[in-house]
Amino acid sequence: MKSKAKGGRGSAGWLLILPLVLILVPFFIVPIIGVVAASFVQSDGFGGIIPGFTFENYKGVFTSGLTYQLYWATLKFSVFAWLFSLLIGFWIAYFLVFHVRNPLLALGLFLICTVPFWTSNIIRMISWIPLLGKEGLINSALIKTHVIDQPLNVLLFSSLAVVIAYVHQLTIFMIVPIFNSMARIDKRTIEAARDAGASRFEIVRFIVLPLCKTGIALGSIFVVSIVMGDFFVVKVMSGGGSASVVGAFYEDIGVLQYPTAAASATILTVIVLLLVVAILRTVDIRKELTR
Amino acid sequence: MTDHLPTTAGAEPAIRRRRALAPSRGGRPWTFYVLATLFTLYVVALYGPMVCIYILSFQDVRGGLVFPMRGTSLHWFVDLFTQVRTGDVKGAFSRSIRLAVVVTIITVVISFMSGLAFRKRFAGDSVVFYLMIGSLVAPGLVLGIGVGLICNVLGIETSWYTTALGAQLSWTLPFGVLVMFAVMSRLNSAWEEAARDLGASAWQTTFLVIVPILAPGLVAVALFGFTLSYDEFTRTLLTAGSLNTLPLEIWSMTLNVTSPSLYALGTVTTLISFVIIGVCLGTIARIQKRRAAGPAAH
Repeated sequence: MKSKAKGGRGSAGWLLILPLVLILVPFFIVPIIGVVAASFVQSDGFGGIIPGFTFENYKGVFTSGLTYQLYWATLKFSVFAWLFSLLIGFWIAYFLVFHVRNPLLALGLFLICTVPFWTSNIIRMISWIPLLGKEGLINSALIKTHVIDQPLNVLLFSSLAVVIAYVHQLTIFMIVPIFNSMARIDKRTIEAARDAGASRFEIVRFIVLPLCKTGIALGSIFVVSIVMGDFFVVKVMSGGGSASVVGAFYEDIGVLQYPTAAASATILTVIVLLLVVAILRTVDIRKELTR
Repeated sequence: MTDHLPTTAGAEPAIRRRRALAPSRGGRPWTFYVLATLFTLYVVALYGPMVCIYILSFQDVRGGLVFPMRGTSLHWFVDLFTQVRTGDVKGAFSRSIRLAVVVTIITVVISFMSGLAFRKRFAGDSVVFYLMIGSLVAPGLVLGIGVGLICNVLGIETSWYTTALGAQLSWTLPFGVLVMFAVMSRLNSAWEEAARDLGASAWQTTFLVIVPILAPGLVAVALFGFTLSYDEFTRTLLTAGSLNTLPLEIWSMTLNVTSPSLYALGTVTTLISFVIIGVCLGTIARIQKRRAAGPAAH
């Protein structure tokens, strides 16, 4: 009964996928090609371009010390955001899956964690201002309890604030896929390990962690690609103290330096895609997702 | 395969475990309390700051950006919608909501079709899959620059209902299809085969069998479509043309406005998000409840 119309299947699949392709081609492929193409033309300095082919834009990007500083800063933020969101996300998911015994309660708590994902990122970011500010809640609480007598300036408009805002926004991207992976772990595997004398730590290290690989990989892809592509969190939360790769070429756009911006954008896109490919190599995400 | 096991396997080792790893207090291991504390702290950190700005948005005219609260009034909400310096908030609201509705409809329809397509292998399926992942992870501003450049070359004017719509779809569709994957993986193909065996046409099978079964998942896709579009910023920034959507309006306010108006806008926009989330989750819960009433509950 399953062997019906094998030949027709492929074309039906294509008809169904066509709308998706029709969106992705003009709004993903063509723009990327446009950016790459623009990175090889020369700017006339007034927002126009001089036709022709040149590597000057790339030479400019690679010989500028600023580029390396920007990448170093962005990389640092990515690593911190990734590390903290992974640590927190993993243990939150672990708590929900293995410690909350009532499945309905676990689902409810899970939803509590996910609801802010569906609200505005920018609003969630600026909501740290009344807390971290010079006269914010944390500083005034610390002064009132005589822990400090001068307000801490490092709380807001600093690298610390940037990392806090990232972790606040992105931990959710870790919780959801890791929770998904963990929920699929057969509880009997863990019982068996326990019966065989495995310690709590060994169970996490040798059973839960390996079986969560897909979830961790998916979460990492989200966190890394979002931090690498971000500029508004850095701009607002660092108070202009730190810049980011994207922020820099956004400024170039502002002064109509399209080819330079395009070269920068191309390099960043290549780096992000390479990072994602590297993460994807560790797991077969498609198989895991569609199984 | 081991269907005779679960009934006993659940109870017996549980007793043994308690004997073997005794440190539990009241039946809970110490890790429970550590992680419960972490969870509580996380939820407080997640919602605490948001709650702060909602409270601060209700200050009166003397209000500032930090505590203590100075009076209580709706002054900053009125200010938000009447002042010129805060920009065209009303227009931005209406544009953002209309755009989100359109994005939602397109996202649900296309994600559903793509979800169906990906259930079977077809020529080039991996290419489409990785295109989608690429669209998801590519830096939003890069795509924005690209769309801007292409429009420039082709002489097309960018606007919120054309180019920004497409740019947002390149972000909401991968999410929608990923959610469809999760939903489809639980779809038992026996239902369709039964429908087909009973003489249902392909259309009937799709709309009378698959769509009703997947209804909760489709609502979830709609929730992603609406909220991701409604809050989308980086991809919209360079593609929306001359008229702002709400996140762009908020962005320009973050840079210029240093009054509680900004918080008032945060309160209003989050309220809308919460209504959408509530409606969607409520719908899903209602469908599930109605199903649980039947014998087919999982």
